[in-house]
Amino acid sequence: MLKRTHFNPSPLPYLLVTPQILITIIFFIWPASQAIFQSLLVEDAFGLKSEFVWLDNFIELFTDEIYFNSFGRTLLFSSLVAFLSLGTALLLAATADRIVRGATTYRTLLIWPYAVAPVVAGALWMFIFDPTLGIVAYMLEALGYDWNHRLNGNQAMALIIFAASWKQISYNFLFFLAGMQAIPKSLTEAAAIDGAGPAWRFWTIVFPLLSPTTFFLLVMNIVYAFFETFGIVHAVTKGGPAGATEILVYKVYNDGFIGLDLGGSAAQSVVLMAIVITLTVIQFRYIERKVEY
Amino acid sequence: MAEVILEDVVKAYSKTEVIHGISTTIADGEFIVIVGPSGCGKSTVLRMIAGLEKITGGIIRIDGQVVNKLEPKDRDIAMVFQNYALYPHMTVFNNMAYGLKLRKFGKDEIKQRVDQAAQLLQLEGLLDRKPRQLSGGQRQRVAMGRCIVREPKVFLFDEPLSNLDAKLRVQMRLELRKLHERLKVTSIYVTHDQVEAMTLGDRLIVINEGAAEQIGSPLELYEKPGTKFVAGFIGSPAMNFMDAHISRDGQWALMQGDIRLALANGGVPRFGGQQVIIGIRPEHFKIIVKGPQSMLLTVDHTEILGADTTVYGRFADTPGLITIRLPDIHHFKSETILPLSVAQAKIHIFDRETGARI
Repeated sequence: MLKRTHFNPSPLPYLLVTPQILITIIFFIWPASQAIFQSLLVEDAFGLKSEFVWLDNFIELFTDEIYFNSFGRTLLFSSLVAFLSLGTALLLAATADRIVRGATTYRTLLIWPYAVAPVVAGALWMFIFDPTLGIVAYMLEALGYDWNHRLNGNQAMALIIFAASWKQISYNFLFFLAGMQAIPKSLTEAAAIDGAGPAWRFWTIVFPLLSPTTFFLLVMNIVYAFFETFGIVHAVTKGGPAGATEILVYKVYNDGFIGLDLGGSAAQSVVLMAIVITLTVIQFRYIERKVEY
Repeated sequence: MAEVILEDVVKAYSKTEVIHGISTTIADGEFIVIVGPSGCGKSTVLRMIAGLEKITGGIIRIDGQVVNKLEPKDRDIAMVFQNYALYPHMTVFNNMAYGLKLRKFGKDEIKQRVDQAAQLLQLEGLLDRKPRQLSGGQRQRVAMGRCIVREPKVFLFDEPLSNLDAKLRVQMRLELRKLHERLKVTSIYVTHDQVEAMTLGDRLIVINEGAAEQIGSPLELYEKPGTKFVAGFIGSPAMNFMDAHISRDGQWALMQGDIRLALANGGVPRFGGQQVIIGIRPEHFKIIVKGPQSMLLTVDHTEILGADTTVYGRFADTPGLITIRLPDIHHFKSETILPLSVAQAKIHIFDRETGARI
């Protein structure tokens, strides 16, 4: 712990944190409490009046099979997205860490996808895999594989997993690379002299030392897959076909704004909020204990 | 244990040559110290022997085998790094056992070797700790232990003591020397600290700007430095250098302020009349009764260290301060004039152009 320096009481510190507090209240506390309040109400079909129903919305949610299916789908989606994007980023970072010449160019190119908006990324992938226009769909067909993510739910799921992972690789790559460059070079050299080949050095030295970074990224990626993939789903599949890609965050939108079940939709977003808060708490607790060097 | 031979070893980064052909033979069981100022290339030489840097030219042999193209792990060497490079996520035991596991030793054999090394290095109680729970000296020992357990042909040390405080450094220096006398493994030790070099090495390689200036035993380098660079680098406080010229008959060195120094062994008649540099070590000045042969030093300031006193002063109008070191405690006021003399044999003469010893 750092020692606290003691200053005379002054309103200045409070003044300095005021903007941050205001932003938090306006953009987080207020809408969040609105959502919580909304989740306890039921709106009539015409939006004329609402009725306070306590936790009925939640009870309905947790007894709804469709919701549980969506939950399972989201878990599958986010774990695959996290696994794919972390794995690919780790591989790319390990390669980037080894090269000297052209490293800057390589890095810059790898960071670009992060600057692409989710909807644009989704549109990009949708066109590439479009059953009638897409080049990959065309190539797959030439190989005798029938690609049509508009009809095939599994293919649709695979497609949004690819698109979502692709977009997140840059972010992960940056953190992994920074993490690797923070590991003293002499450690890998010592391992090389001790007799470890490059792959073994990576698994026994570099990877364990990256574990704080990996854990941080794992949490960030799950959060990303849970909440920030709306744009991609919306652009590529709109939750279809037949709800095969309807992940939780998309279901919030679908039920609330399309199905106009505001109370139920609010209840779902409160559940999501609880999840993200839990993840963040785990993240802070764990990271604080587990910094290696 | 093995002999290490360097033959005209060259290192270049793209077009810049940093090591200009170093050759030497390091005998089996010898402790050799590579010493030089920062950035002279001494670590590069060590890293080439270790296999961490590619060798641009020349040949390195370990135990008769050319190792130029071998991976570090196939050279049968062990290295202690400046920052120790202990694996932070492994216990002391696993740090030491890492190399043995990779070399497919049996569990019992590993345990036995690690225990033995731990006993030798007084690490017995610490085998379950992580490196961050150890003090600097203990980490240093673990790094040593990691080398010892493998029983390699050659030990390489890259400034291993420079991260320790002064007292611990002296202690570890002694322990290193004792360890070497016990294990008798060929050792190559890189340092910029000339005291470490003098006390540890059987022989020293003094490197300056990527070339070996002189190779020899510590005393040889102290008593007969081959170049002005070596003379200035070995010894503390550093040797004093003064411009002078040799008298026509080569019997005298004449300096500014009418100082005449008689030269030993019949002088240097071949260099009669030439401009040279005279080098005298601070500890070789003696205070004498004032006479015609004495050099008169005007005291500028003194540093009293207890065991001896360092005096800084000037000869007449020579540029720069001259350092002299006198045993015992002396109180000299500034501007005091001290008559000094130097034994003939303690005067070093260097060529002003090349810096080579005359």
